[in-house]
Amino acid sequence: MSPRIKTIRKVINPPIVKGFKPYGPDSGKFIKEPVNLLYEEYEALRLCDYDTYNHLQASQIMCVSRPTFTRIYSSARIKIALAFVEGRQIVIEGGKIYFDSDWYACSKCNCFFNNPEKDKEIKACPLCGSNKIQMYDYEFTDITEPEINDNDLCVCPRCANKQMHEHGKPCKDQYCIKCNTRMVRKRNNQ
Amino acid sequence: MKVAITSTGNTLKSTIDQRFGRCAYFVIYDTETKSIEFIPNPNKDAEEGAGPASVQLVAAKNVNKIISGEFGMKIKSLLDSLKIQMIILKEKEKTITDIINLLDHEK
Ligand SMILES: [Zn+2]
Ligand SMILES: [Zn+2]
Ligand SMILES: [Zn+2]
Repeated sequence: MSPRIKTIRKVINPPIVKGFKPYGPDSGKFIKEPVNLLYEEYEALRLCDYDTYNHLQASQIMCVSRPTFTRIYSSARIKIALAFVEGRQIVIEGGKIYFDSDWYACSKCNCFFNNPEKDKEIKACPLCGSNKIQMYDYEFTDITEPEINDNDLCVCPRCANKQMHEHGKPCKDQYCIKCNTRMVRKRNNQ
Repeated sequence: MKVAITSTGNTLKSTIDQRFGRCAYFVIYDTETKSIEFIPNPNKDAEEGAGPASVQLVAAKNVNKIISGEFGMKIKSLLDSLKIQMIILKEKEKTITDIINLLDHEK
């Protein structure tokens, strides 16, 4: 029987887009650093101005203190204003996401782990058994689905078609579905 | 207790796969019986939903812990709600044997 996935309380809802681009005849003149809106800033803005929670409710949903919430929220608004006024792109990525369980680091085997059972105290590393563990503010790298990593793609040198790379099979042994050319590894700037 | 390990291949010499949702294989290790099962990940080439589908796959095996290089935000929430412990090991060169030895050391 497949397990039922319970309703989750403090999910950060990832944004549906990765960012925003300015447009208009002059938008190309304003090529500047994009503004980086962090996930928690996006989330704060969503909770307050889209879902219309007040700051106290929103801070509770995000599990941060009220002053922390206010700081995150005002930072979100400053960044969006900056992008609007200066015609900059907005990139939504990164940041520190606040999660349910506590995280620890083991200094013996260098692993990180969470404590899924809040009421049970963690005394040893679940991997190597060492007691050289300490609480750790783990920052998650964003690998949100359905992102496709460039490493997962090969590219056709002739028609530039990209397709999923088959694991354990060299790119040159895979053929382009469009023009039947041998594929090559995708490079980040392609 | 059962532990899932993401693996780049289907042998004990394979190294840990740093990706969770799109890892090549899942290794299900039973710390009591010492049985080891390699499961090819059907979601490894999925364009969408590889993470949640992989969570379902390992959860159906009744694992208590998952060892991988990284977990995404959504995955983190899912595993939290299922009370499956996440262990993040960023040492890419670690083999399945190395990890099983670490786990057995606990006893
Ligand atoms: Zn350890
Ligand atoms: Zn082609
Ligand atoms: Zn390839």
